[in-house]
Amino acid sequence: MRIRQSLLFATTALAMTVAAVQPSVADTSDKRIALSNNYAGNSWRQAMLKSWGKNADQAVSTGVVAAGDAFTTAENQATEQAAQIQNLILQGYDAIVVNAASPTALNGAVKEACDAGIVVVSFDGVVTEPCAWRIAVDFKKMGEIQVDYLSGRLADGGELLEIRGLAGVFVDDEIHSGIEAGVANHDKFNIAGSVHGEWTQTVAQKAVAGILPSMPEIVAVVTQGGDGYGAAQAFAAAGRPTPIIIMGNRHDELTWWQEQKDANGYETMSVSIAPGVSTLAFWVAQQILDGQDVPKELIVPFLQIDQADLEEGLANTEPGGVSNVEYSQDDAKAYLESVK
Amino acid sequence: MNGLQFFTSARFWRGALPALSLTFVLLGVFWLQPRAMSYFGLNLLFNLAVPIALATIAQMFVIAVNDLDLSIGSFVSLVACIGATWLHDTPLLGIAALLGCVAAYAAMGALIYIRQLPSIVVTLGMSFVWSGCAVLLLPTPGGSAPDWIRALVTFKPPYIPMPILAAVVLALVVHFALMRTSWGVLMRGVGGNERAITRAGWSVLKLKMTMYAMTAVFGILAGLTLVGLATSADANIALRYTLLSIAGVILGGGEFVGGRISPVGAVLGAMTLTLTASFLSFLRISPDWQIGAQGAVLIIVLALRAIVNRMEARR
Repeated sequence: MRIRQSLLFATTALAMTVAAVQPSVADTSDKRIALSNNYAGNSWRQAMLKSWGKNADQAVSTGVVAAGDAFTTAENQATEQAAQIQNLILQGYDAIVVNAASPTALNGAVKEACDAGIVVVSFDGVVTEPCAWRIAVDFKKMGEIQVDYLSGRLADGGELLEIRGLAGVFVDDEIHSGIEAGVANHDKFNIAGSVHGEWTQTVAQKAVAGILPSMPEIVAVVTQGGDGYGAAQAFAAAGRPTPIIIMGNRHDELTWWQEQKDANGYETMSVSIAPGVSTLAFWVAQQILDGQDVPKELIVPFLQIDQADLEEGLANTEPGGVSNVEYSQDDAKAYLESVK
Repeated sequence: MNGLQFFTSARFWRGALPALSLTFVLLGVFWLQPRAMSYFGLNLLFNLAVPIALATIAQMFVIAVNDLDLSIGSFVSLVACIGATWLHDTPLLGIAALLGCVAAYAAMGALIYIRQLPSIVVTLGMSFVWSGCAVLLLPTPGGSAPDWIRALVTFKPPYIPMPILAAVVLALVVHFALMRTSWGVLMRGVGGNERAITRAGWSVLKLKMTMYAMTAVFGILAGLTLVGLATSADANIALRYTLLSIAGVILGGGEFVGGRISPVGAVLGAMTLTLTASFLSFLRISPDWQIGAQGAVLIIVLALRAIVNRMEARR
């Protein structure tokens, strides 16, 4: 045993001096990480939980951490998630990774966790409490690049149809403001109408079908993900020419795009957040427990699929799922190195 | 009635059931998570139960006059929003708005009584009004709780955790006011026998307005406690409280009709509901089953209640 330990020390020392990798300040093999998740009711969240589970199981089996359990609240309510976080504190987890129901309503519980010496990392749905780490998504940028892309494709501009998400939700506001900013930058475009698609194909299809008769000629549809396929169906049903519809990395959207591409060379782009961001959050928490110095505000890149990557993107997406990128410990380290 | 008879009487069991269910769940939690058996642990387990207990008491006032308030959840959310914005930035405006809320609730009680409208419909309608106001006041989640509220809810008294202390004080104060004063008898009388109260020369209108105003007062206390615990607000922060508060009243031994309520039971019921959720999460029950399991706990307690009711009927 002693020999083994000294061997371990020797290799560690070797690694530190020779390879000049970042030294591990603390051992995390006895640390327990929990995921507090507020909602599991759509394909993105299911993929997110699956990524987390796969990654955490592997980390536990290789002895990097002692536990990586996922907890989802039964109902998508901030008060319930606050109680859940307090329960996780009681259960003695060393780090809590949060996808929050509300950016502010969990702050009290998050503060309790920090005060108890627990590392709190929030991602996707981030919390504003200063003691927590935030892995945020630049949703505004996600709206802007859609209009930037269209500007490159359509020299003459024209009328856009906007499909929004769920009214009153932070993400919807952010993407919408990004699209508005994009339209302000490229004034050849005008938003002719907007509907709420609730990130669901069937809802989007119904909403678009309802507004189409009153619309002038639409050159493109800007979206928030999970609504592109429904919009395409609505245009087809109304017998109108298919505009450029921005997709959101869902399997059904990419499949439809591939069919159109094969049939008539249809071109568009697709952008969304990879659900594997949960694995990044996991490794960020692990790195913080490891004693690494990690900035509190992190921005996660989104996943964009262009015309050329379509085949590859579709092949990597499970039927019914969302295109995904999962982070390994090394990916996360490289990412943290890049933002330092 | 001698001692033994008392312990087998329905009255005793009706009162004891909420306390027994709470003890049972609490023992379960301690068994699963011994860490909870401490000042710190009890604080964490119960601090979010305090606003729920207050909302349950608020609901109880309405149930006492045979009505039901489906707007309490959105009302508490609105109060939380007022607390995190106006009360923090311009306290006078905040206090005025809260007083306005009490007046609005009293007016709602008057409307329901004078026009003989079903309270479920009126309060359901009002829930959208409260939600709308909350969204207008705080379109995106944010704001911050006034420091004095924050200090009050995070106060750590020696030996007894604040949430326990708050629950005991709340239960005793309301119990005394409603069950031990002549004013309380009148209030419950509106639910028990409205005609008798009218015949005795009391204005049921005034009594109902008072009860609705009391609901608003406790709703406000719930909202302010909640915003103190959460540190900032969200227009949807307390929507779950509507059903939780009704379940809490019934779990605590109250009845939907007849002015039969129990303030102590209602507080115990609210705490049991909160604790059940923690218990199930400590058990590592999959979230898909958790709502069902929570429902099952409610049904078990209500089934026991039905047995108690049968005992009463047999007498």
